[in-house]
Amino acid sequence: MELLEFARGPAIQFGLYAFVIGTVWRLLGILLLAAKPDHSAPRKSGGFLAAFKVIYTRSFTADAFKQDTLYPKILGYLLHIGLFVTVFLFVPHILFFAGLLGLEWPGLPNNVIYFVGVLTAGVGVALLIRRMTNPVLRLISNFDDYFSWFVTMLPIITGLIIPIRFGIRYETLLALHLLSVALLFAWLPFGKLGHAFLVFFSRGTTGMVLERRGAKT
Amino acid sequence: MSTLNKTRTLLLPKRSKTEGDGTVKDQRTLGEILQAKGVSRRGFMKYCTATASLLALPPAMVPRIASALEAARRPSVIWLSFQECTGCTESLTRSSSPTLEGLIFDSISLDYHHTLQAASGDAAEAARHAAMEENRGKYLVLVDGSIPLGNPGYSTIAGISNVDMLQETVADAAAVVSIGSCAAFGGIPGANPNPTGAVSVGELVKDKPVVNVPGCPPIPTVITAVLAQFLTFGQLPDLDHYGRPRAFFGQTIHDRCYRRPFYEQGRFAETFDDEGARLGWCLYKLGCRGPITYNACATVKWNQGTSFPIESGHPCLGCSEPDFWDGGGFYRPISAASIGSGTALGTAIAAGAAIGAAAAAMSRRRQARTIKEG
Repeated sequence: MELLEFARGPAIQFGLYAFVIGTVWRLLGILLLAAKPDHSAPRKSGGFLAAFKVIYTRSFTADAFKQDTLYPKILGYLLHIGLFVTVFLFVPHILFFAGLLGLEWPGLPNNVIYFVGVLTAGVGVALLIRRMTNPVLRLISNFDDYFSWFVTMLPIITGLIIPIRFGIRYETLLALHLLSVALLFAWLPFGKLGHAFLVFFSRGTTGMVLERRGAKT
Repeated sequence: MSTLNKTRTLLLPKRSKTEGDGTVKDQRTLGEILQAKGVSRRGFMKYCTATASLLALPPAMVPRIASALEAARRPSVIWLSFQECTGCTESLTRSSSPTLEGLIFDSISLDYHHTLQAASGDAAEAARHAAMEENRGKYLVLVDGSIPLGNPGYSTIAGISNVDMLQETVADAAAVVSIGSCAAFGGIPGANPNPTGAVSVGELVKDKPVVNVPGCPPIPTVITAVLAQFLTFGQLPDLDHYGRPRAFFGQTIHDRCYRRPFYEQGRFAETFDDEGARLGWCLYKLGCRGPITYNACATVKWNQGTSFPIESGHPCLGCSEPDFWDGGGFYRPISAASIGSGTALGTAIAAGAAIGAAAAAMSRRRQARTIKEG
């Protein structure tokens, strides 16, 4: 029980505090940057509407690239939808967030979660294989890519082992799962996983800049 | 007649030999005692089969258990009660009196139990010493309650501190059985901030086999099965890393809970009086500790197999686990996260904002310098 108490208490809290510090740090560090001087006259007014438009439209591939990016695009969608379902629609997870936020929402039956979890883990492995076998991807990948993959997949794997057990005690597996979640929390804002919140700012900024230049978005 | 008085009456053997110090000794075997009490051969064999099953022994061991129990003379048992609430004794006496395992327990030679024994004062202490002397190296010591080390005066019996009585009594014992979570893990007296410096039996007894039968209180059948195993094989059962018999503490309540299917289906009682509670749905959201609690409540059950807490509509409190009293609120789901203190969170936000602002300021200065330098 001792490891579980440590995981539930100090470890998760450390992860959460690191997550809060890192998120606020990175967001303010970017949002407070000075805008580059722009001496040209704007073609269009830009503004938040253009930002929201690009946040939405960049969720889909441009026609010219659809064929070439179909496989990673499908895997990417499956991974993100799978992560959403397993993280936010599993009842024990909802209770975890309820403890933090005071908000609760309906969940899905466990068997659905287990199925989606296995699918998500498989997709994660497929994406890693692609990253390691595609020459271009391999060339541009660094420690951040592989470590971010590792800290994302670790909670999925440890979570999926809990109902299976493999002869390991439940509380030990639960503690390992919570420790992996603490690691994910702590790493998320500092590495490429920061795209979880930065994606909206980068897409929005792109949308506003392109709109100002009169480009089609 | 009160439960305790009934038990006291049962504890006096009908054909017994009176010793010089006033204690009574029964020389009959367990088989003779059970026969005298009207227990049929069939009933006795059913008990042996159930015991073999509970201890996860193969069916071939049933005749061995039967013959060992029939031939066994009443083993001497000394029951020491320290910092406890008598709930463990109450549990055992209330639920066992009319059952066969109750008779088995009645049929051990319970030579000292200061709640149940008729003797008191010097006579009671003399009975304990006599039992220790006559059964040197063979008697069992059952302990309920934790032992205070903060000050010996916190808990005494006949002017003897708990720690002294324990050490004196276990010195020549064959084995020690810690009954209940207080004796096994320190329990409620040992809960934070542990004002009496309470410790478990296992923390003090290092040179004797110690079996932990935790619970608040423990299941009586588990106690009698541990004794039955000792009578049959002359050894104690296989134990887990907390010194608990694996046969009873090998699986979680959650694993054997009849409400488990509702957990898998995502059907939960949200409050104690909602539709889900009435329909008997899973109590996970109400703080059930079943997934992290190892005990046999869901299978052996209580009150002669009537029910167990979850069946009565209340979440498992995890009472057979160490430090269960300090494990957070009983009605808080086990997966619920705690954000810690608001001050710590506020500090984290302020620290993040300060570092972010500093990083942006440095970047702005660098940008201005770059522009200026062309």
